[in-house]
Amino acid sequence: MATAVLVAGCGSGGQTAAPQESKAGAAPAKVTLEWWHLSTAEPLKTLWAQRANDYMALHPNVTIKATVLENDAYKAKLTTLTQSGKAPDIFASWGGGVLKQQIDAGLVKDISGDVSSVLGTFTPAALSAYQLDGKTYGLPTDIGLVGFWYNKKLFTKAGITTPPASWSEFLNDVKKLKTAGVTPIALAGKEKWPGHYYWAYLAMRIAGLPALQQAGVDHDFTKPDFVTAGQQLKALVDLQPFQKGFLGAGYGTPSGQAATMGNGKAAMELMGQWAPAVEKDSGKGLGDDLGFFPFPAVEGGKGAITEAFGGGGGLAVGADAPAEAVDFVKFMTQMDQHTKAVAAGGVLPVLKGEESAVKDPNLKVVATQLAAATGYQLYLDQAYPPAVGQQVNDSVAELIAGTKTPEQVGADISEVAKSE
Amino acid sequence: MTTMTRGPEALAPPAPAPAGKRRGRWVTITLFLLPALVLFLLLVVAPILVAVYSSVFKWNGFGGLPRDFIGLDNFTRLFKADIFTKDLWHFTVLVLLSVFVQLPFSLAIAMLLNQRIRGRALYRLVFFAPYVLSEVITGVLFSLILAPDGGMANALLSVFGIDSEFLANPDTVMPSLFLVMTWKYFGFHMMIYLAGRQNIPNELIEAAQIDGATAWKTFRYVTLPLLGPTIRISVFLSVIYSVQLFDLIWILTEGGPSHSSETMAVTMFEFGFKRSQVGYASAISVVMFTLSLVFALVYQRVVMRRDVEGAITSMGDQR
Repeated sequence: MATAVLVAGCGSGGQTAAPQESKAGAAPAKVTLEWWHLSTAEPLKTLWAQRANDYMALHPNVTIKATVLENDAYKAKLTTLTQSGKAPDIFASWGGGVLKQQIDAGLVKDISGDVSSVLGTFTPAALSAYQLDGKTYGLPTDIGLVGFWYNKKLFTKAGITTPPASWSEFLNDVKKLKTAGVTPIALAGKEKWPGHYYWAYLAMRIAGLPALQQAGVDHDFTKPDFVTAGQQLKALVDLQPFQKGFLGAGYGTPSGQAATMGNGKAAMELMGQWAPAVEKDSGKGLGDDLGFFPFPAVEGGKGAITEAFGGGGGLAVGADAPAEAVDFVKFMTQMDQHTKAVAAGGVLPVLKGEESAVKDPNLKVVATQLAAATGYQLYLDQAYPPAVGQQVNDSVAELIAGTKTPEQVGADISEVAKSE
Repeated sequence: MTTMTRGPEALAPPAPAPAGKRRGRWVTITLFLLPALVLFLLLVVAPILVAVYSSVFKWNGFGGLPRDFIGLDNFTRLFKADIFTKDLWHFTVLVLLSVFVQLPFSLAIAMLLNQRIRGRALYRLVFFAPYVLSEVITGVLFSLILAPDGGMANALLSVFGIDSEFLANPDTVMPSLFLVMTWKYFGFHMMIYLAGRQNIPNELIEAAQIDGATAWKTFRYVTLPLLGPTIRISVFLSVIYSVQLFDLIWILTEGGPSHSSETMAVTMFEFGFKRSQVGYASAISVVMFTLSLVFALVYQRVVMRRDVEGAITSMGDQR
């Protein structure tokens, strides 16, 4: 019944108000910082905890309380808290439409002034998701892109020598893998966000990046090119390329997408830069057998293979957070410190000149791709307002499950976008 | 002596207490009621009112009170939504399965465990144990057991050549969910029935047996009617549980695949917390509340009327 309101009430109780003592006295006042993030996999899990400890050692008056949640749980819990009119002092954000909604509600601190001295050290691509109307609302810790991670051994088994560069080659390779008795693709169908990558990329390749961005403005996802994108996804789904029971599979769970891939039970997954880490965390990991190729170009499409889709991660600061929160965010993104996370393979460079720290050959490919990208699109479920983003996820999931047609997908997304 | 004083005036209602004494009684009543009343108003009535209020607004939940009044639009949108129709269908399916499969099964087990059999206490304990587990733990447990690839259930069933996708297939997800629900709740209903059965005097059963009634006839014409109040309560609990079913489904399927196991509570969560459409989510919660309320009132008035009257009469006797 009134659970929505009740739960919202509980959420607000979870955050202890940060002390607001004045810093006039000689000894710095004790401060507790609430830090929410979603780096549940190694190496970041340990690295981030280490960063917090380092900061507390340098600033004995500061206590950092970290709340670490898995993707979906993180989004839900953060929404609950923000709806009650509060935000954690420091929280992980992808930027885009979700951050904008939080900014509009007055929950996010404008840190333009505090970080002006360090802004120049970041790459513009990484920073762009956190800047709105010329103001800065957060600093990036990671930037990357989504692409196909593949198992070289299984590709060889199916007689595929080079990764596909075009969509028709890709579909052909899926058939070859199936013939060889290999599950071509691992997909987390229970969580809807991994599925939306396929539709988004196909829309980018077929309709082109400007068309996709235009659709975000005029709320029309019914154009023929978007329908074609849906039809191409359906063509892939009709090949039955996914692992057994994929509709019930989670992403990072013991029998989920990452584990299926990491245990060598599927040949590919379409995932972001964190994929190798999660594969190793929930499965065995593939080591040298893991390779990466960009989402193929579609013949006759308006988009290029060099256009990237993805996102990074960053830290935003709550509107009522003490000054130490901003200081901590700056500390997290200092060159000498951030480079350690890059070197460990947990994140990709966001600072200029950090590229050399990337050790993993696959991540190097991603970083190079990113540096050469001719266009960039943030995850649709983050770029658009939450209702529209979730509808994209939901409709694409229905398309993949075979309960909606490509035409219905476009119509459903448009309907929600228009009502927002 | 006594008969002498028992005049008509003795039957008249007692004279009203003096005003001061009566006020004192009201103060006491108020004082004792106050803590519970405050909690009830704050945690039950106020949220209901807030939900009803926000259900007539288009509101993303941010920034103070909602302002964009849209009347009953949220409700018309809800009643037209495919997902809501599906939710109602899933609710109906679960209620029917619960009442016609789960409860009879629990009743049968209860009757069995009422016999003198070896290890009776152990069986009761084992059957009741799942009810003690939290829904979330049950969910995680069964998502491992029912995993289509390498799950325990498929490993066992492969002996019979059965290989199911369970929760990962729109066609098998509801039966699988019902199986998990039954596993978790049949022990609870079994306990209620056992308690109910033990309230039936054995003399009645014996009398029936002496009259030559078969075991089935004894059950059908003596035990079952006398278990009536217990059964009516357990049906009531089942239905209310089905209206608000959330935790188990959220952990096991998140309402999927493709909304094929979604319930009203899941839809509400989806819109309220993932899509930031709090006004619409409130409308869903109001519908859920109304549904429960109407069902509870009608059920109590119609089905449970005799039981409720009995309670009141016996309370009168106590006085």
